[in-house]
Amino acid sequence: MIEILDILVSANFWAAALRIATPLIFGVIGALICERAGVLNLGIEGIFTAGAMAGWMAVWLGAGLWGGVLVAALAGGFFGLIHAILTVPLGLSQHVSGIGVTLFATSLSYFIYRTALPDVSSPPRIEAFKPLDIPVLSELPFIGPALFQQTSLTFLALILVLATAYVLYRTPLGLAIQAVGDNPSAVESQGLSVYGLRIGAVVVGSSIMALGGAFLTMSAFDAFFFGMVNGRGWICIALTVFASWRPGKALIGALLFGAFDAFQVRLQTEVGSFIPGQVFLMMPYILSILALIVVARKADYPRALLVPYFRGQR
Amino acid sequence: MIRFEPRGPVAVSKVVGVTVAAAVAALILAAIPMLFAGLSVFEAYGLMVKGAFGSAFAFTEMLTRATPLILTGLAAAVAFRAKLWNIGAEGQLYAGALAAVAVGTGLISGPSYVLIPTVIVAGALTGGLVMLGPTLLKTRLGVDEVVTTLLLNFVILLFVQMMLEGPMKDPMGMGWPQSEPILDEAALPKLMARMRIHWGLVIALVASLGVYFLLKRTVWGFEIRAVGENAAAARHAGIPVTATFIRVGLLSGALAGLAGVGEVAGLKGYLTADLSPGFGYSGIVVAMLAGLSPIGVVFSALFIASIFVGADSMSRATGVSNYLADLIVAMALLCVLVSGLFLRFKIRFVGAPHAKEAAK
Repeated sequence: MIEILDILVSANFWAAALRIATPLIFGVIGALICERAGVLNLGIEGIFTAGAMAGWMAVWLGAGLWGGVLVAALAGGFFGLIHAILTVPLGLSQHVSGIGVTLFATSLSYFIYRTALPDVSSPPRIEAFKPLDIPVLSELPFIGPALFQQTSLTFLALILVLATAYVLYRTPLGLAIQAVGDNPSAVESQGLSVYGLRIGAVVVGSSIMALGGAFLTMSAFDAFFFGMVNGRGWICIALTVFASWRPGKALIGALLFGAFDAFQVRLQTEVGSFIPGQVFLMMPYILSILALIVVARKADYPRALLVPYFRGQR
Repeated sequence: MIRFEPRGPVAVSKVVGVTVAAAVAALILAAIPMLFAGLSVFEAYGLMVKGAFGSAFAFTEMLTRATPLILTGLAAAVAFRAKLWNIGAEGQLYAGALAAVAVGTGLISGPSYVLIPTVIVAGALTGGLVMLGPTLLKTRLGVDEVVTTLLLNFVILLFVQMMLEGPMKDPMGMGWPQSEPILDEAALPKLMARMRIHWGLVIALVASLGVYFLLKRTVWGFEIRAVGENAAAARHAGIPVTATFIRVGLLSGALAGLAGVGEVAGLKGYLTADLSPGFGYSGIVVAMLAGLSPIGVVFSALFIASIFVGADSMSRATGVSNYLADLIVAMALLCVLVSGLFLRFKIRFVGAPHAKEAAK
C-alpha cells in the first residue's frame, strides 16, 4: 500500500503520465474534430504510423524538428484527404474506407522506410525534442518536474485542446462544424457547404492525429520502429466516445489513461514476478472496452455520424 | 458538378468486370512505388507471377496462403452483409488456434476421426464465442462493435503470448514461446505429398459454399440480408433483428476461428504468437474485393494470396521490401471501394456548379 501511495505522490510518475498521454491527446482531438463533423476516421492507426515515419524521415534527411512536425501534419492531411474524398462526396462506408486508409498508410510508411533504408538492422537515431526546462516554472516543487519539464510537443498538445475547445464552442466555424455533424441539411439551408466543412474537418483532424505519431518518433523516442504505434490509434477512437466528443473531457480521459499506464509500469516492477507482464499490457485495451460500456448508454453521438450526405436528398 | 443517380440491380457479369478492373487499377497504381524503389515494373510483375504460379510448389504455396484468407474473408463478408462490423477476425483466428492447440495436444486422445472433428469444432466454437461478446454489447448496450472487436484483437494476442510463455509453453521448445505440437491424430492431413497444402483448403471451400446456400436459400440468410439493408425496416417487418445479429456474429467468429484451426492443425503443427501475418485484416480486403459474395471470396482470396506469395518471391529476388505486397493489397481495397460507385450509381456530369445554384 505504501508503495502505491509513494508512486501516486511522485512528480516523476505524473510527468510520465503526461508524457504517455501526449500522443493520445493529439489522436483524440483529431478524431473528435472528424467525428464532430460527422465522419468516423478509422484511418487513425495508419495516420499515426505515417506521422511517426514522415516526421522522423524529414528530420533524418536534414529538416529541422519543427520542419519534421510540419511534414508529419502534411502526411496526416494527405491520408485524411483520401478518407474525406471517399466518404464525403462519394459517400462510401466510413468503416471500410477508414480501415483501407489504415492499411494504406501503414504499408506505405513501412515500404518507404524499408526502401530508403534497405539494410539497416538498428534504426538510425535523430536529435529529438528535448525537455524545455522552462526557467522558474520548472523549479516549482512537484508541479515543476511534472508539468514544466516536458518537450514542446506536449505543450502544443495542451494548447490544441484549448484551441479546439475555443473554436468549437466560441466561433461560427465551430458551430458550423457541430451542426454539420448533427444536421447537415440545416447547414446547407444556411448557404454553407456541407462537403467543404466535412472535408476540411477531416483533413485538419487527420493532420492533428499525425502529430501524435510524430510525438512518438520525435519526442518519446528518437527513431522509427516497425509496429511502434501498437494500437494507440484505436485507443483514441475509444477515448473519443469516452470523452463524449468534448475537448476538455478528452484531455482528462487521455491523462487518466496515461496515469494508468504509468502506474502499471511501476506496479509491474513491484509485483511483476508473479503476475505475467501481458496482464498489465492487456489492461489499456480492457479498460477502453469497459469505458465504452460505461458511457455507451448516455453517449451523445453526433447525430449524423456515419451518415453520408447527398445534396437534394433529405 | 458530378451527380449520382442510383442504378437498379446490376448484372453479375458487370459486377465481376468492374471488380476486375479495380484490381487491375490497383496493380497499375502499384507501379508508382515500384518505380520509386527502382524496379522495372514489367520484370517485377513477371517475377511475381512466376513466384505465385511458376511451379507446382509455388502454386500450392499460393493455395496454402489463400486458405486462411478465404475463411477470414467469409467471416468479414457474412458479418458485413448484416452491417455487423466485425474487425476482430485476427483475434478470433488466434482464439480458434488456441482452442485447437489446447484440445489437440493431448487434452483428449483418440483416433483421427474423433480428434480432428473435435479440434475443428473447438476452434470454431471459440472463435464464435469471442465474437459473441461484442455482438451482445452492440445489441444490448449499443456499444460500437468496431472498436470492441478491434481492441479485443490486442487482448487476445496478449493472452496467447501469456499462455505460450506460461502454462502452454512447450518444455521441449528450446525456450521459444511456442505450444506443444498438435498430435498426429489431430492434425489435418496434407493434400499432396511433400507440399504444405492441407485439408484446410477443402474446409474453406466447403464453408464458402455453405455460406452461399445459407445466404441465398434459407430464411436465416434472408433475415441477414434484410437486416443489413435496413435494420429498422426489418424490425418493422417482424424479423428478429437481435437474434439475427447474434447468429451472424457467432457464424462470423466461427469462420475466423476455423482459419486459426487450419493454420495450426493443418500447416504449422504448433502455435506461436506470430501465427498470422494479419490474415484477419486482409480478410476485410478479401471480402470487399468479393463484393461480400461468399463465392467471390474464394477468387479474391486467390488474388490476394498470389500477390502476397508472388511479392514475397519477387522481394527475395530483387531485394525490394515485401511491404510492397501489403501496399498493393491496401490499394486494391481503396480501388474496389471507389469502383463500387460505378455499380451502384450512374455517374452524370451536369453543368457548372454555379449554373445549378442559379437554377435553384
